[in-house]
Amino acid sequence: MRLYLLAVLLVASSGFPGLFLRRRGGEVAAVLMGLGALLGISAAIRVLGGGSVPTLALPAAPLATPGLLTLDAIAAFFAVPVFLLPACAAVYGLGYWDDHQENAHTLHLVLGLLAASLAFLVVSTHALPFLLGWEGMAIAAFILVMTEDRLPEARRAAWIYLVSTHTGTLALIGAFVVYFSASGQWLLAELPRGFAATTQGTVFFSLCLFGFGFKAGVMPLHLWLPPTHAAAPSHVSSVMSGVLIKMGILGLVRLLSWIPDPPFWWGAVLMMLGALSGLLGVAFALGQHDLKRLLAYHSIENIGIILLGLGLGTLGKSTGHPVLQVLGYAGALLHVLNHSLFKGLLFLAGGSVVHAVGTRDLEQMGGLGRRMPWTSGAFLVGSWAISGLPPLNGFVSEWFIYLGSFRALGYFRWPWSLVVLTALALIGALAVACFAKAYGAVFQGAPRTEAAAAAHESPPSMLAPMGLLAAACALIGLAPMVMAPALDRVVAALGVGLGLPPLAHLVSLPSLSILALALLVLAVLLWRWLRPEPAESTLPTWDCGYAVANTRMQYTASSFADGLVGGLRWVLWPRSHGGKVTGSFPIDRPFATQVPDPVLDRLADPCFRFLALGASLLRFLQSGQLHIYLLYVLLALLTLLIWMVA
Amino acid sequence: MSQSLLLVSLQWVVHLATLLLLPPLIPGLINKVKAAMAGRQGPPVLQLYYDLAKLARKRAVFSRTTTWVFLAGPIGTVAAGLVAGLLVPFGQTGTPLSFEGDVILFAYLFGLARFLTVLSAMDTGSSFEGMGAAREVAFSALAEPALFLGFAALAKASSSLSLSTMLLGSGLGSGRIAGPLILVLVGWSIVFLAENARIPVDDPNTHLELTMIHEVMVLDHSGRPLALVLYGASVKLLVLGAMLMDPLLPRAPQGWQNWLIFYAGLGALAVAVGLVESMMARFRMTKVPQFLIAGILASAFAFLLLLV
Repeated sequence: MRLYLLAVLLVASSGFPGLFLRRRGGEVAAVLMGLGALLGISAAIRVLGGGSVPTLALPAAPLATPGLLTLDAIAAFFAVPVFLLPACAAVYGLGYWDDHQENAHTLHLVLGLLAASLAFLVVSTHALPFLLGWEGMAIAAFILVMTEDRLPEARRAAWIYLVSTHTGTLALIGAFVVYFSASGQWLLAELPRGFAATTQGTVFFSLCLFGFGFKAGVMPLHLWLPPTHAAAPSHVSSVMSGVLIKMGILGLVRLLSWIPDPPFWWGAVLMMLGALSGLLGVAFALGQHDLKRLLAYHSIENIGIILLGLGLGTLGKSTGHPVLQVLGYAGALLHVLNHSLFKGLLFLAGGSVVHAVGTRDLEQMGGLGRRMPWTSGAFLVGSWAISGLPPLNGFVSEWFIYLGSFRALGYFRWPWSLVVLTALALIGALAVACFAKAYGAVFQGAPRTEAAAAAHESPPSMLAPMGLLAAACALIGLAPMVMAPALDRVVAALGVGLGLPPLAHLVSLPSLSILALALLVLAVLLWRWLRPEPAESTLPTWDCGYAVANTRMQYTASSFADGLVGGLRWVLWPRSHGGKVTGSFPIDRPFATQVPDPVLDRLADPCFRFLALGASLLRFLQSGQLHIYLLYVLLALLTLLIWMVA
Repeated sequence: MSQSLLLVSLQWVVHLATLLLLPPLIPGLINKVKAAMAGRQGPPVLQLYYDLAKLARKRAVFSRTTTWVFLAGPIGTVAAGLVAGLLVPFGQTGTPLSFEGDVILFAYLFGLARFLTVLSAMDTGSSFEGMGAAREVAFSALAEPALFLGFAALAKASSSLSLSTMLLGSGLGSGRIAGPLILVLVGWSIVFLAENARIPVDDPNTHLELTMIHEVMVLDHSGRPLALVLYGASVKLLVLGAMLMDPLLPRAPQGWQNWLIFYAGLGALAVAVGLVESMMARFRMTKVPQFLIAGILASAFAFLLLLV
């Protein structure tokens, strides 16, 4: 525990020296952060490898309960990405957001604080430190989103985030109160059997689902996620998408670990929410033109996949099917780690592009693959992994969930898991479409603007973290057995029943590696057979002989997605403006399409506008004149007096 | 013991040889059938072998906009197709590799091939190829659920998750399974035609029309890359064809007879595809989704039938 706390302290203090240094503040912060990450991850790996579970108790009276902070298997599993991603982001930030840019010192300081509160939150097993960590995380993230506070977009996003996160926290405080009344303690540990089936249990579950779901970005509660991820600096987005939203999942995982007998409908609700988030997340991603908003919607999609796994595991837990618990929970947990890795990678690579081109608009990029070969390679690895394609890590976790849902077909009279299965199949196909669109529009073809044509590769300090994350994606994909013991430990903490079979008995991980290797060897052999001549080609694309094409005639991201967006217009409700041409010699016409967010733009925004309108009607009460206020006091007193007499 | 080892290794060798060498024959057979139906003589059955040999000797032409990703499509198609071919049984002859859940890997390998082909098409920066790529990803989003619902039905019927047991499981012959099995095969036939870019979804013979999907994505490939594209497409035809036929093939007492049955089945499949292509026209683009949804419905009904 000492090691872990030292790591938290190092990370928390990483930004402070920068405040007093004239130069090299970012470098110092990155070194401290990297050091902290090494310590923290080694502490976590020791626990995941089967070491003893350290715990901490304070001597002070009200908090003297042992187990204020506990580095158990769940905490250790989540601690790995929590330390890894901010460290990557800090190194990346050296090139991306150097010390001369606005709020650079604040950025270093608060990034460290965010990482520290995340690391603190992960090990909290008591309501008080849990809420402290939760608030620390929320406020630090708010400040980070505000980094570019001169932009109205960033201010609005940060504001939406602050409101959302506090609404969620309110629900969590309520949930902990219910927890206290049920268990009589603030220490978060297993609840008695039978509690989950009571009304109180239902209230507890609903409040937790709301609070944690808000943070995770589960579909109807995702409204803060796209604007925030788009407005924050890219390395901050990578931390938020990679680990911050996972804290919602951490909460749900903890919740499931406290309940020994979840009712059947909990699992069903988690599964339905997962299918909803997954499908709508990827559908809305298809409609985006903004690279970072697109990635943000994919985070919603991946949270959906994680919930599908959690739901499946919970079905198994409530009906006593150990196989289902292992496959569902292991798939969900591995996907948590995987998503941190590849989404962090994608945001960093996307940021590298944004840095080089100066815009997030997909339609103004193109041809960057030749200009930024390393970044494009990193983005390709990320796209490959997030689409769940073998032989990378995304496939492994989805494979577990698939296996669980196939197995579940035989367990129940009704094919509940068919939802999981079809949802995953559809999500997989649509994710391929969406990332083909993103990669194609950004990196392939010819540059569509001068800025894109002038782009050049990012510095090594930005490429190195991407390389690390890409290597981790490949490692888990090629050798998934290295994860099996750790997953077994976490699943044992989550599931119920002594006879949980180890993952390695349920799935043949070595076969997966062998086939992945076969695939690689074949690809290398074919590559060697194909290897093009070194001479640089000067020929244009043949294109059926149409040789005078200009770069603006390329298929754009919008046109690529148009078929699917059109087919899904009953969900997406895309808007388009202009584009009508009339006459024989039409003049230039602007044409724009967009897919607004269903909750933020169509529901929350009009509602709040209506509220604000109502509030402005009451504004005449606040005239600012003293004698009017004195009149209010007098009226209030009189009313009270009459009420008392009557 | 040593005799069974010999048998297993012999079976491996025949499987690999079939997987590597046989595929280009199938398009040749299909074309021969189409020619016969149209009263033409048609190209030789071995035409694709000649084409591949010719292309392998030719120098490839690369556009100045392309990167290494341009080559990933052809490589990925062939590599993924061949690895998938290790997982699918060729008739009742046994599978080289089979494990719990290989069926998902099998489906995702084709997803990988599609992803890389689409990227390699987009790499040229041509709107033609962009259109083909966009259609490919859109239609595959409908083909995927049909495929997986079929897998779900067979998994439920055979209580297994490995492709070979699902396709060849002993219970498949019983009357209770027959109805769902037929529906699954109907759904999969639609997937088979769509995934292999055959009529009525796509026309493998057109090059300069806008109503096409797969051919347009490989317009700019030439030389060895084109050879890989053509070879990869024929491997896919073999592997998915084997998946489609397996539940229908009977089991013979002798091992070598099973191979003969498989080859005969493959010939029958090629004839069937040739007949479909001779007798049908390609659908209008807007009809293709409806066709694929029919596939989803067939697989879904197959599953429903298993529940009652």
